[in-house]
Amino acid sequence: MMLILCPYCGPRALPEFSFDRPVEAITRSDADTATLVKTLFERDNPRGPSRELWRHTYGCRSWLTLTRDTATHEISDIRPLGGEA
Amino acid sequence: MRYSALSLLRGGLTGHKAWARAWRDPTPKSRYDVVIIGGGGHGLTTAYYLAKVHGVRNIAVLEKGWIGGGNTGRNTTIVRSNYRLPQMQALMEFSLKLWEGMSDEINYNVMFSQRGAIFLGHSDSDMLQLAQRGDAMATAGVEAELLSRDQVRKLAPELDMSAAARRPIQGGLIQRRGGTARHDAVAWGYARAADALGVDIIQNCEVTGLTIRGGRVEAVETSKGVIGADRVGICVAGNSGRVAAMAGLRLPIESHLLQAFVSEPVKPMVNTVLMSQSLHCYISQSDKGEIVLGGNPDQYPTYSQRGSPHRIEEAAAEAMALVPALSRLRVLRAWAGTTDMSFDGAPIIDRTPVDGLYLNGGWCYGGFKATPGSGWQYAHLLAKDEAHAVAAPFRLDRFQTGRTIDENGAGPMPQAR
Amino acid sequence: MTGPFRTTSGGWVRRDKPVSFQFDARSMSGLEGDTLASALLANGVSLMGRSFKYHRPRGVLSAGVEEPNALVGVGEGARFEPNTRATDLFLYPELNARSQNAWPSLGVDFGAVNQLLAPFIPAGFYYKTFLGPPRLWKVYEHFIRAAAGLGKPPHLADIDVYERRAAFCDVLVVGAGPAGLSAALASARSGARVVLTELDACLGGSLLGDPALIDGKPERDWINEVAAELTALGVRILTRATAFGFYDHGLVHIAERVVEPGEPPGADGLTQRRWSLRAAQVILAQGAIERPLPFANNDRPGVMLSGAVRTYLHRYGVACGSRVVIAACHDDAYRTGMALAQAGVNIVALLDSRDAADVSSDLSGRAGARFPVYANAKLLSAEGGAKGLARLKAQVGGRIETFEADLAAVSGGFTPSVHLHMQAGGALDWDEARGVFTPGTGRQGQVSVGACNGEEGLASVLAQGWRAGVAASAKAGFTRNPGAPPTSDEDRAIGAVQGFTPPPGADLKKTFIDPQNDVTMFDIDLAWREGYRSVEHLKRYTTLGMATDQGKTSNLLGLARLAHHENRSAPEVGLTTFRPPFTPTTLGVWAGEDTGFDVNLLRRLPLYDVHAAYDPPWQPVGYWRRARAYLRPGETLAQAGLREARMVRTTVGVVDVSTLGKFEVSGPDAATFLEKICATSVSRLAVGRGRYTFMLREDGLVNDDGTVWRTGENRFLLTSSTGGADRMAHLMSYVRNVLHPELRVGVANVQEHYAAIAVAGPRSRAVIGRAVSGVDLPRHMSLAQGMMADTPVLVLAASYSGERAFEIYVKSDAAVQVWSALAHAAAQEGGGLYGLEALEILRIEKGHVETGGEIDGRTSAHDLRLEKMLNPRGGYLGAAGQGREAFADPDRLQFVGLESLSGPIPEGSMLVSRPGAPAQGHVTGSGVRTLSEGFIALGLLRGGRLRSGEVFVASSPTRGVHATVRVCEPHFHDLDGERYRD
Repeated sequence: MMLILCPYCGPRALPEFSFDRPVEAITRSDADTATLVKTLFERDNPRGPSRELWRHTYGCRSWLTLTRDTATHEISDIRPLGGEA
Repeated sequence: MRYSALSLLRGGLTGHKAWARAWRDPTPKSRYDVVIIGGGGHGLTTAYYLAKVHGVRNIAVLEKGWIGGGNTGRNTTIVRSNYRLPQMQALMEFSLKLWEGMSDEINYNVMFSQRGAIFLGHSDSDMLQLAQRGDAMATAGVEAELLSRDQVRKLAPELDMSAAARRPIQGGLIQRRGGTARHDAVAWGYARAADALGVDIIQNCEVTGLTIRGGRVEAVETSKGVIGADRVGICVAGNSGRVAAMAGLRLPIESHLLQAFVSEPVKPMVNTVLMSQSLHCYISQSDKGEIVLGGNPDQYPTYSQRGSPHRIEEAAAEAMALVPALSRLRVLRAWAGTTDMSFDGAPIIDRTPVDGLYLNGGWCYGGFKATPGSGWQYAHLLAKDEAHAVAAPFRLDRFQTGRTIDENGAGPMPQAR
Repeated sequence: MTGPFRTTSGGWVRRDKPVSFQFDARSMSGLEGDTLASALLANGVSLMGRSFKYHRPRGVLSAGVEEPNALVGVGEGARFEPNTRATDLFLYPELNARSQNAWPSLGVDFGAVNQLLAPFIPAGFYYKTFLGPPRLWKVYEHFIRAAAGLGKPPHLADIDVYERRAAFCDVLVVGAGPAGLSAALASARSGARVVLTELDACLGGSLLGDPALIDGKPERDWINEVAAELTALGVRILTRATAFGFYDHGLVHIAERVVEPGEPPGADGLTQRRWSLRAAQVILAQGAIERPLPFANNDRPGVMLSGAVRTYLHRYGVACGSRVVIAACHDDAYRTGMALAQAGVNIVALLDSRDAADVSSDLSGRAGARFPVYANAKLLSAEGGAKGLARLKAQVGGRIETFEADLAAVSGGFTPSVHLHMQAGGALDWDEARGVFTPGTGRQGQVSVGACNGEEGLASVLAQGWRAGVAASAKAGFTRNPGAPPTSDEDRAIGAVQGFTPPPGADLKKTFIDPQNDVTMFDIDLAWREGYRSVEHLKRYTTLGMATDQGKTSNLLGLARLAHHENRSAPEVGLTTFRPPFTPTTLGVWAGEDTGFDVNLLRRLPLYDVHAAYDPPWQPVGYWRRARAYLRPGETLAQAGLREARMVRTTVGVVDVSTLGKFEVSGPDAATFLEKICATSVSRLAVGRGRYTFMLREDGLVNDDGTVWRTGENRFLLTSSTGGADRMAHLMSYVRNVLHPELRVGVANVQEHYAAIAVAGPRSRAVIGRAVSGVDLPRHMSLAQGMMADTPVLVLAASYSGERAFEIYVKSDAAVQVWSALAHAAAQEGGGLYGLEALEILRIEKGHVETGGEIDGRTSAHDLRLEKMLNPRGGYLGAAGQGREAFADPDRLQFVGLESLSGPIPEGSMLVSRPGAPAQGHVTGSGVRTLSEGFIALGLLRGGRLRSGEVFVASSPTRGVHATVRVCEPHFHDLDGERYRD
């Protein structure tokens, strides 16, 4: 059970958070069909560091981007969406 | 030597000296007609059916570790075909029929036990959904039977039948042909049968790259050297994205993780496979006596095979809500498998944009039951370069076209299903 | 004296406190501090169990959690716990233990006939036989299952309490042996918050079985002093608490036995507690586990681990035999010999497999003065049975010697417990000299000390623990001077070991590696011959290490045999991964309190009690429950639903719709934001007006529907379905925060802040008029503010039923008064309450789509006949997804109405052209016409929008019912909306 350092709330346990998607899969709302299909459905799915979008759903509900190793679960970077806390 | 009660008896009298290796340990040849990447159940069945049905004689299965060491050996061994969508019904029923003849076909007892798989319903609306599922199955020719509360009680007296339960049991939907099997035996049995047909099963052989020239795959680069191939079949669910990346492909797949656990063995206690419409656990008992339990996936991408304990807590709590006497049984082992999560919950059995390169993956949490069907279908595709009707809907490009096969209607987020 | 084998003094048991207990209905007496195993041994009981496959008689092998053989069922009724290790079960008054897997009795077990069959049922035999169709296998399986399993399953629901606790600390020390105590002391003195956890009932670890002087004091004094100091320093000391799982980011799970297995708990009912402990630093001091030796019949009662024999003697005051042969491959066994000799036990022989030259002359000299010592000596076989050991055969030099003995104390060396280290992602190193794995690099910074780190001498164990304790607290930021480390002169080195190979000539078919699962050396050799040569294949094929002891004493022996065959070193052959749990842990302690009725959250909305007073049939909906109907005496649910629906059509009804999703969207960009969320146009909505809307997923399929209301220039109320509310909340947050952080808009989820009550029917205006003051009744799809029961309310004129209707939104805390007023007014107008059944009948008749029904995650706006409402300007979430080619497929499942040409239309049934034909669609909701006769339904049908007039069979094979239906437009009531418009 990972411990995720929410920039607002401090370290909290995994069940408070929800994974949303890799950052690469964030699709602009005005994207055309071809772009949508590409970003939403074609994934790097790396083994190793991955940039991901998470939400502190059962906490402060903030959106966070984190760099997390999908092999070791080490979180090397975490920040509020779009910048520093 | 053929396996039989007689040969076992003879073995007993002569010190079991005559048993041959179940499969050889060959050095890879420089070239094969077909190279299958991945020595799990799906890869081994593919090789077997390629040789058996299509007469292909020059086949290699490459396995980075030991055969059956991925999700084949990390599931809850449930076999069933009780799906709602016609595409899934067709594929899983095709597979179930192969299960029914498997032990004889490969001369290896996989202990396929058709003890019945029951979905429990906890409310009128659950029962309606079960009826709908059952009707969809029965209309498609797949056996399904609604059970009353009393019928469920008879089949599974260990269940909490109290009306005051949080999720009181109102009835169920049983597929009597569903059940469990000995997962490892599927890998070993097909390995032995494929080996007998001349298939080279090469363990400890990790694929490190694919040689592609002019849009066509020519060889597989491995830890045991470069192996030429006319056709290459990727069959590494859990790691599909990593192998596909060697061909520059990005797949509609995320790798997530699902855990399962077993209790210490006890005498018979659970005689069917129990699943629930409202709770997310599944319960069965192995022939050895261990209660086998599973629950929700961890819901984030990971290759770690290290699950989070809160999922085991939930599954234990839910299993105990259904079968309260489980409380004092002890969890003996817990493990996790890396699941290939496609974006509609259905697998992919298709060609890829690279000539000669094929993909079988995206099995989400449901690959084990599909093992023989998946292999048969993949073999057909690899042999004929064209999908059999049963596998035809499971295209790689269905996310681009929108022809998704979404059994749960959960949409394109793997963690939502 | 409690039993003939109890020594006269000493040990950690309370000789003044006898405890009576039962084993297989035989009453006996032990001492407080005894385990069941030590009490049985003291009473001269050496037969404690039967093995899994061959039903061979088994005694106790060890004195700890690694015990493979001595398993019992313990406890009465709902407290029955099978497969409990007698070595890990401390006596309590009236403990009642029963042996397992034996019939009719432990002494005479018919299952032992399997021993005769043994030649025919080696490892994996079942893969080679019982072939044939699955129905045959079911017959075989019935017998195999009955023969397999160990203990009886519990049958009753547990009545005791399992508790969960979370805790945090700077330093966690796992294991309270000399290394762990030393580490905890150093850490605590440095100022760190320390938790010390020990699976045993008392602190001391190996010191309990091995007396020693520490800091010049007897070990018992030292342990007690350290415990007292730790307590004074605020260290949380947990005993009977097993750290069983080491997870991500310093999370360690600990199962604490508050009472023993099967023991009735105290007044709080608490039997076990699970700690979820987050530790900044973890020091592992788990000790090592002794391995048995391979020789024929090494599984007989009377064959025990050498260290265990010493533990029984020193800790429990039990001499496990009277004529003892000791067999080992290292120095530690000599200590067992000296200890037994000291206690007056007759040592028949000490067999050392090493050459005399490899043993220190001092050691062999001292031992040789007390009892016969043989070098180059290996046990070949044991003879004996259920009644005990008779004699032992050994190869001594070139000869075969026979020794009369009732106890064999054996040791093949010690395996460091690297379990938690590896669970935490740590690597292992290989110690070639001793043939064991030791902890390598730790991924989570965990440190192993003492015997689990391969350390031997007591002085160095203490020093290593101390250093780790100081270092861990320093890493956690605590640097107070801890003073001097404890010291000892005891030399505990055990010398190099090589105890893996059986002597030539040993009968491998009876040389047990995994005694519980009856895996022999022969089985391992057979598996290897057959090609199961990966360590995982070997394990899975033979079931080596898969028993309840998890291979603690057997895995390394099996691995060594495999390495021998492969002619490679053990690490090249590989080690199977250690996963949680370290020892088997009850499901009860995993589940904690969140089971039974509390397995799922049940939320009660403000009107719950009002409905409950009617004792209605409930419908579970998400976290909530909704009343399905308010039954009159003698009515069925269906009758009540229809009556209530007719009431709405003819007079008026009041229904609680509080579970609907509700979102307040406000800010200058609220309209812009909603046009991204909703697939319909929103921005042109006038203040005070509302409209039906629906939302898409990113992939273009319909996600949910509801209504949107403009309550102010920059303020909206959006409703969604009950089941879709969480999804919508997440989606709106995503669009707001991730896709469009630039928008000046706020979204508040007010789902449970407001209760919502709908009033529907021709008399609804009159009800609102009676109940609400200060408001002009809003026109259809308009809203007004008013007062009701002294509370401000929002009145929305919206119709779900197809009748003139209003929805009253009120703050939750005033919901009951408002409901009462509306119910009262409705009754005065000749109407009453209605529930979910009527709501569904009305919906179906009106032809509204429903999330979970027609909105099933696979249907598009066009499939649901909603495409004309799509915002022509686009820009909403899911717009692009709709551009995919399949959205134009003509044979998609599309929304249709169905009229029955026969009887009721089974809900969920399949639409087929004739019985036996493939399905072309299905029925999503089934109902009746409320004001005329006839059965109707809604459904999804392939290409259904163009198939009105076609006739199908709605077939439900599982229920044995069907109806003939004609496809029609999905509207059955008031097609032009005259009944609700103004």
